[in-house]
Amino acid sequence: MEWLSETSVLRTLGDVEMEIAALLIPVLTAAVRAGTPVLYATLGEIFAERSGVLNLGVEGMMLVGALMAFVVTHMTGIPWLGVLAALLAGGLVSLIHGLLSITLRANQVVSGLALTIFGTGLSGFLGKRYIGVPAESFRPFPLPVLNDLPVLGPVLFRQDILVYLTYLLIPLASWVLYRTRWGLYIRAVGEHPEAADAMGVNVEGVRYACVTLGGMLAGLGGAYLSTAYTAMWIENMTAGRGWIAVALVIFATWDPLRAMGGAYLFGGVNALQLHVQAMGSALPTYLLLMTPYLFTIVVLILATRETARKRLGAPAALSIPYTRSG
Amino acid sequence: MGVGWQRIFGGFLVLLLLALFLPLPGVGQGKLRAAFVYVGPVGDAGWTYAHDQGRRCAEKQVKGVETTYVENVSEADAERVIVDLARRGYKVIFTTSYGYMDATIAAARQFPNTIFEHASGFKRAKNVGTYFGRIEQARYLTGLVAGKMTKTHLIGYVAAHPIPEVVRGINSFTLGVRAVNPKAKVHVVWTNTWYDPGTEREAAESLLNLGADVLAQHQDSPAAVQAASKRGKYAIGYHSDMSKFGGRNHLTAAVWNWCPLYVYILEHVRAGTWKSEDLWWGMERGVVDIAPFSPLVPASVRQLVEARRKAIVQGKFDFFAGPIKDQEGRVRIPQGSRLSDEQQLSMDWFVEGVVGQIPKK
Repeated sequence: MEWLSETSVLRTLGDVEMEIAALLIPVLTAAVRAGTPVLYATLGEIFAERSGVLNLGVEGMMLVGALMAFVVTHMTGIPWLGVLAALLAGGLVSLIHGLLSITLRANQVVSGLALTIFGTGLSGFLGKRYIGVPAESFRPFPLPVLNDLPVLGPVLFRQDILVYLTYLLIPLASWVLYRTRWGLYIRAVGEHPEAADAMGVNVEGVRYACVTLGGMLAGLGGAYLSTAYTAMWIENMTAGRGWIAVALVIFATWDPLRAMGGAYLFGGVNALQLHVQAMGSALPTYLLLMTPYLFTIVVLILATRETARKRLGAPAALSIPYTRSG
Repeated sequence: MGVGWQRIFGGFLVLLLLALFLPLPGVGQGKLRAAFVYVGPVGDAGWTYAHDQGRRCAEKQVKGVETTYVENVSEADAERVIVDLARRGYKVIFTTSYGYMDATIAAARQFPNTIFEHASGFKRAKNVGTYFGRIEQARYLTGLVAGKMTKTHLIGYVAAHPIPEVVRGINSFTLGVRAVNPKAKVHVVWTNTWYDPGTEREAAESLLNLGADVLAQHQDSPAAVQAASKRGKYAIGYHSDMSKFGGRNHLTAAVWNWCPLYVYILEHVRAGTWKSEDLWWGMERGVVDIAPFSPLVPASVRQLVEARRKAIVQGKFDFFAGPIKDQEGRVRIPQGSRLSDEQQLSMDWFVEGVVGQIPKK
């Protein structure tokens, strides 16, 4: 009899394993999918902050990008043109922040918040006509050969093209930031603008370029939402993802590769708790959902100490407007 | 100094940007002026959108009424906005979210001559009335459709917050499902948000991954409908007809029509006959209904639903009549009695056939 009960224990253990396996692939697939829009925005904000400009307008820029991408896709039927429009619109809107915080040296926090309110209002106002309107969208495009890999295939290579783009963009950004002269200029401007200026680097030019790139990438994140992830336009459809991106920059300690991990963790934790619920089990999910934010708070606390700050990679001149002295 | 001037100019530009896009209601004269406070954007295609459609319709139907609205008002900010509207002289103020309940009562104490109407709450005062619709009736009918159309006998329900209103919706839907398909189960996933298309989609995906072939939802965006339809599964909309997002896979929807309620209230205010009431209207007065069927719903199912709809409208059929069992199989509502309105308003348990949990407080 004891032998019998043992096998039944084994069987339930086997069942648990089966359930975990059945969970793993869908949850990881969802993690990549849900992380992608946030990843684009985070990458953009990393560039802006690396050059010393804090831009809290990410949410607003994403929304403008999402709307423009949707409108152009709706009119032309070509999602790629929508993406182009989002890059353009995100870049243009970010110039407002550039003008205010770089040229006019306004407080970056206030200017960024204003940009979020502006972008939310503008996209809501211009987008009224596009609510409930259908449009073309990016569809999953399994990559030949790669999508047959076990686990990695379905998770990474049965997504849409905008997801694949991040696989190239993140290493590229990492390389630019740490291995090229441009990256050196960006980091110098964010660490010590006086020294960079003395070196002959155009501080304002670099900052403008980084803020604009940040806006374009935030716009692209928005475009992913409205043309691929949830292909529709409705007001405020970012639902706070811009703010999550701002937090993820700190979580990732201003590093593109870690941003990828952070974005997927954020998406994965959420997908995991949803899947567990669907199966009818209860899991104390609140703590799980908090993990990315808890980690962000830890990094923020560490970053208050000068030595830790340096090790974490926080740009020393972040959010300080640059004025050439003398 | 150039820098000082630039800072002032920069600050001015920032203020200008802020002023352009902060929500401010317009002001008119000589008419009955009514204001609406919304929790979401009017373009959410869901709850707020449905209220705004009602507002526009009532403004057309009741003569001499002028309306305005303030959207995206968080619960924490509600009292300030409501008081501000009352101070500006709006005679009737509709507050359209459950979370505005205490703010509405507080504002009503400060402005005894202003009329307040709060949607979905239960606190009233001399100058505060409440109103709501029995969307459960429509939910039940959509449950009949889902129960008939499922092949896997597994139905998913994407739900926002575990409050009585949502629980009631899940239960009435499930009662409909089980009335025609006792084998079927309704799996519930909480998103803990009214409005986040991305999370709503992921919740839908988790249910589809489990094998659900029909999805219902209590959310403010059509993301769940879109997700189901994209994977070739059926969906049931909520708030308004969401067939644009689900095509033929959008079987039907439980829909709101706030217009009759708003017309009734505004006409009484205009005639001077308004009094604080608890208005809880149903399908018989057109406040709730179901959207047109998809061509995929067979005639036999349509006839069944139409017959039940007629019986509900005529008051001949009550799906909240006992016996009703809970998830554990215990009889909660015995034969011969029915779930009372009070029990409905505080419902915190699932009926038999629901798979999922209501988080403990």
